Amino acid sequence: MTRTLLSSVAAAAVLVSAQVASAQTEIQFWHAMGGNLGETVNALAEGFNKSQSEYKVTPVYKGSYTETLTAAIAAFRAKQAPHIVQVFEVGTANMMAAKGAVYPVYQLMADAKEPFDPKAYIAPVYGYYSTPDGKLLSMPFNSSTPVLYWNKELLSKAGLDPNKPPTTWPELGEMAKKAIAAGAKCGFTPQWQTWTMIENYGAWHNLPYSTLENGFAGIDVELKFNDPAHVKFIQMLADWSKDKTFVYGGREGKSTALFNAGDCVFHIASSGSAAGIEKALGAGKVGIGMMPYSPDVIAKPQNSIIGGATLWVLQGRPAAEYKGVAKFLSYLSTAPVQAKWHQETGYVPITVAAAELSEKEGFYKKNPGRDVAVKELTLNPPTVNSKGLRIGNFVQIRDVVDEELEAVWSGKKDAKAALDEAVKRGNELVKRFVAANK
Amino acid sequence: MEKRVTFNERWLPYLLVAPQIVITLVFFFWPSGQAIWQSVLLEDAFGGNTRFVWFDNFAHLFNDPNYYASARLTLVFSFLVASLGLAVSLLLAVMADRIIRGASLYKTVLVWPYAVAPAVAGVLFGFLFNPSVGVVAWGLTAIGIEFNYVINGNQALLLVVVIAVWSQISYNFLFFLAGLQSIPKSLIEAAAIDGAGPGRRFWDIVFPLLSPTGFFLLVINIIYAFFGTFGIVGSLTQGGPGQATNILIWKVYNDGFRGQDLGGSSAQSVILMIVVIALTFVQFRFIERRVHY
Repeated sequence: MTRTLLSSVAAAAVLVSAQVASAQTEIQFWHAMGGNLGETVNALAEGFNKSQSEYKVTPVYKGSYTETLTAAIAAFRAKQAPHIVQVFEVGTANMMAAKGAVYPVYQLMADAKEPFDPKAYIAPVYGYYSTPDGKLLSMPFNSSTPVLYWNKELLSKAGLDPNKPPTTWPELGEMAKKAIAAGAKCGFTPQWQTWTMIENYGAWHNLPYSTLENGFAGIDVELKFNDPAHVKFIQMLADWSKDKTFVYGGREGKSTALFNAGDCVFHIASSGSAAGIEKALGAGKVGIGMMPYSPDVIAKPQNSIIGGATLWVLQGRPAAEYKGVAKFLSYLSTAPVQAKWHQETGYVPITVAAAELSEKEGFYKKNPGRDVAVKELTLNPPTVNSKGLRIGNFVQIRDVVDEELEAVWSGKKDAKAALDEAVKRGNELVKRFVAANK
Repeated sequence: MEKRVTFNERWLPYLLVAPQIVITLVFFFWPSGQAIWQSVLLEDAFGGNTRFVWFDNFAHLFNDPNYYASARLTLVFSFLVASLGLAVSLLLAVMADRIIRGASLYKTVLVWPYAVAPAVAGVLFGFLFNPSVGVVAWGLTAIGIEFNYVINGNQALLLVVVIAVWSQISYNFLFFLAGLQSIPKSLIEAAAIDGAGPGRRFWDIVFPLLSPTGFFLLVINIIYAFFGTFGIVGSLTQGGPGQATNILIWKVYNDGFRGQDLGGSSAQSVILMIVVIALTFVQFRFIERRVHY
């Protein structure tokens, strides 16, 4: 008797809970922002949810960028896709080529009749994620660009002015060598070497990464980053590694640990690392400035390109839900929201209005150096070599470049052989991408 | 004397076995079938553009020097892991067999590492050997060895081998110890009476009687080196530097999930599946022949 009673109570409870249907439409937002960043994302979603009652955005942290993308792909194939997924910039070409999976943002905004002004966005940020004729495919969210960090104490110890960073690469080399002579353990170390030392070096010096406008004009590209300027630059770094003027710290963001430990004088890293670096070394002890350039390649730097990720909208949900998605994307682009996101994280404000708001609030006066990223991105109107990159299988291509560069740093190859091999292997990966997406 | 269990109801044994069967079907047969199916397709990640391409993915692998490099590396790696693992654990088992006092303490401590998941082991050793802040790395620098597994590929491979061996010692140790303790003492005593020294006793009596266990462990260790070391590579080196630790199982994951090349990754999975089936087949045939009762 008790057993029957218990099981009927349980059944009733299940039925009751199933009937509690929410009047709100839920929007699933899968992202890769962990730790502090994740809390800021949750705060942004809360703000949107509080501002209206029709839609509820649920941010879900899915792990790294790779894990988030894999989860979204699996969910899409199981017809359970989230509405919004955050994808890193290297996945752009793969996302664009995914037939029937993606709902382009310009189309979403038009279909949902949401006001949308392309000119409000900072040009390199907007251009990276648009078609060649200016139609936005995914919503910029967290964009960063590489900047130069330097350790003021180590510069002072070398007898140099701690507030005067090098502007050219030869200058950086000299200053680093002086610092090492005065006791520093390492001169310069780069973060995300493929992004900073190859891709951004190309954009900064107006050199192409590949044919077809770095992939913006077509997917059947040929890689071109083994040109003489790049080879000379990488060979210079390889030569510097002999006396620790250049130290390789590992892939992705691993080398920041060397800079945070106070070992290295100079560090080129994402602007999004600013908060973490200032916390590790103390805000007054770190300088933030523009990346140096090579004066024998270009007279003045062109502009830098972004890293980070964007928000892609996936197909497969009921049509009515997309109106809420459009509203959320609009909300994210408003100046106060973007300003808050930018100030708390170090990512670039994606609209001009948000940058101006931060300026007006005195944020840049209180935190000098945080406006360098925007300045680098808007230094000049982008050329075909500095709009960004849109190349298929780019994750694997970056791995190939990482491997070949590691062969240079360990002394197994010289720069020319490594870059030539990287281009050759990369071209094969591009061909495979083209074959899979014909 | 054979033990036989009888069931009153005819359907009861099937019901009891059913959960295991279901798990095996869902988690082993279904993914394997999917891998075989996907290995003959060429598709974009989201599945919108799928084409049947016969054995193109396999042909592409066999023409790829990186695949051969990875296969060679995996062979070298598994040879190192298996030989070092077996040698060290055999030595420990022989030593533990002779101890009378504190035997259970040694056995507990020696079994402990097996409980540590490979990924965690990778992180632990990563901390110890970290070029900037690692205790062991600092110690090595102090005696003049510059250890930096981030740049030096050979050191990275060596470190992964050390971690893999460390994790597997417990398992090998247990089996070797059991094997040693099942050797009749009378045989050893007889040899001692006949004047055989410890070395002779070991190589001529203990070792041959231990060989079925040893062979079984050899196959298990090779399979472990092929597959179980994924967590170590994933948490420590991610295949680097420069492909120095890009073993086949890591390549499957990397190409499939980071590179989104599902066809190529599935083809690699199918090849690995054939390898492990062959190994298991070899093991069963040989074990059945040479086991002494």
